[in-house]
Amino acid sequence: MALTLRSITEEAPPSPAQDLEKQLALAANFTRKHVIASIYHAGSGHPGGALSCADLMACLFGAELNFWPNAVDDPHRDRFVLSKGHAAPALYAVAAHYGFCDAKAALSLRKLNSKFQGHPHVLDLPWVETSTGSLGQGFSVALGMAMGLKLQNSKARVYTMLGDGELQEGEVWEAAMCGAHHKLDNLCVVIDYNKLQSDNTNNAIMRLEPLAAKWRAFDWAIAEIDGHNISEILTTFRRAGATHGRPSVIIANTVKGKGVKYMENIPTWHGSVKLTREQAEDALRQLGARNEEIAELLNV
Amino acid sequence: MSSPALIANSDSLREAFGKTLSSLGDEFPNVVVLDADIAGGTGVHHFRKSHPERMLQFGIAEQNMMAAAGGLAATGLIPIVTTFAVFCLRAVEQARLSIAYARRNAKIVASHPGLDVGPDGGSAQALEDMAAFRAIPGMTVISPADPVEMSKATRAILEFEGPVYMRTGRSPSRRIFGDDHVFEIGKGQIVRDGTDVTIVACGVEVARALDAAGLLAEDNISARVVNMATIKPIDDAILAKCAAETGCFVTAEDHNIHGGLGSAVAESLAQSTPCPIEFVGVRDQFGASGEPEELAQQYGLTAPFIAQAARDAIARKKKSRKKG
Repeated sequence: MALTLRSITEEAPPSPAQDLEKQLALAANFTRKHVIASIYHAGSGHPGGALSCADLMACLFGAELNFWPNAVDDPHRDRFVLSKGHAAPALYAVAAHYGFCDAKAALSLRKLNSKFQGHPHVLDLPWVETSTGSLGQGFSVALGMAMGLKLQNSKARVYTMLGDGELQEGEVWEAAMCGAHHKLDNLCVVIDYNKLQSDNTNNAIMRLEPLAAKWRAFDWAIAEIDGHNISEILTTFRRAGATHGRPSVIIANTVKGKGVKYMENIPTWHGSVKLTREQAEDALRQLGARNEEIAELLNV
Repeated sequence: MSSPALIANSDSLREAFGKTLSSLGDEFPNVVVLDADIAGGTGVHHFRKSHPERMLQFGIAEQNMMAAAGGLAATGLIPIVTTFAVFCLRAVEQARLSIAYARRNAKIVASHPGLDVGPDGGSAQALEDMAAFRAIPGMTVISPADPVEMSKATRAILEFEGPVYMRTGRSPSRRIFGDDHVFEIGKGQIVRDGTDVTIVACGVEVARALDAAGLLAEDNISARVVNMATIKPIDDAILAKCAAETGCFVTAEDHNIHGGLGSAVAESLAQSTPCPIEFVGVRDQFGASGEPEELAQQYGLTAPFIAQAARDAIARKKKSRKKG
């Protein structure tokens, strides 16, 4: 029998990397569905920017972070700071998926005295690293953590996710200068670059471009990637982790509202919006949810 | 103990702070000092000399520095944010969210508060800082009166767990207390006893309040002086006691009369023992250039103004008692 290359490739089992990517895609999908459900129940919230960062969040919590539900106060854990705090529903959802909190409890988003506040609060949830919701500050706090860990000879890394509109805050550039000056190679910034902000496009409100050139000029190691391509995200985190003497920034090109056609690339869905039952069901169906799952998520 | 021996009688409060912090550096190995290019101005050049590896330079970027302090505290360090009081105002929101709301053990030490800044003028004279920081939940606000108290307070804030805003001072300071002075966060102290009126003061105004009590004594008026170094939490007990024993008050501070010590005292007394209060401070204005003493005179912060306010308070007390 003649061996053919074709038969070998057809019979090869999926590699561990492919398995991981599949798991992360499922985590991202769960995150998106949970975001829709929690914002539907809350009657307000920011879906657009939570959906755009779902793949990045899944890769962080499912693969990159050395951060575990049973050791959230380990001094040598990796830290994640959601500087774009209005994407809290995505943080709660991905954390629920990976066992940091209960998925059903997280549907209490924005309700009276809920620990799942509209923006994350460190005193409410032990696995949240700091309170955010005022743009620019999470980046500075993450930078302070990176400095503190280095001073104490910890190998832990610090990751922070910023929105693109957030980059208009002056504090971001204070922190960018400071991170490079102090050679914080344990600090990695991820920019959810969905090109839209509250009222309009970045371009119409306050132009960010040339964005990569700005970070390069601040002497950061930079990568520009597709923020929905899980394989590319994982590879880039690995490269960022190997950077020496400079902090790294990943400019992740994303689609605001990703996964829900009627939201994609429309600034109105930045939020804070109220989702009707019909809109929520439509969104969940687009995300692949069946009737049973839709009922489970929406009939709480 | 901290070492007041290091401190000269005429040291400014910022010098006393910087020298003390340096002397405590080994005892508190988790302390890191954050500077925004004014270490010489805030006094922490002393710490930089003794502990250069724990001196963190942030450049002229106070918002980032303030929020980064929250991150440093989250890793178990005790960050001391140092800058001028007016630049702390620039980062109030960072102190609110990333320090106080997150309940971080970070300390903000502000030099150059009030008219005491002098010739740099109105733009540099923070007259609103105690009001702003006092309004932040969980924030302790302290304004020591002399170099000895500053030294004791520096140790106290390092031993205290929680966010603190502390004022130092630019100008040479008058020594009021002996080395045995006891400072406790949240406690006021009677530094001169009297029965007709209580003058409650903080910072540079404590020395002026003592002078005012001397002036009043010449007119046979017995004025009590309370050093209220902690503006928040205010010492309700000592205020209620003084209200019962003297029946009227003057507050004195190098700050806007709105929102600072005077407001804190009024809020407390309104709920315990309402009685006449006169407010000495800057009357909702900005400052100007000039030497600190010239400005204190122009804006009504010196001893004769405090003494007059005391007479007014006593007159109001007598009038209301007649009515009663």
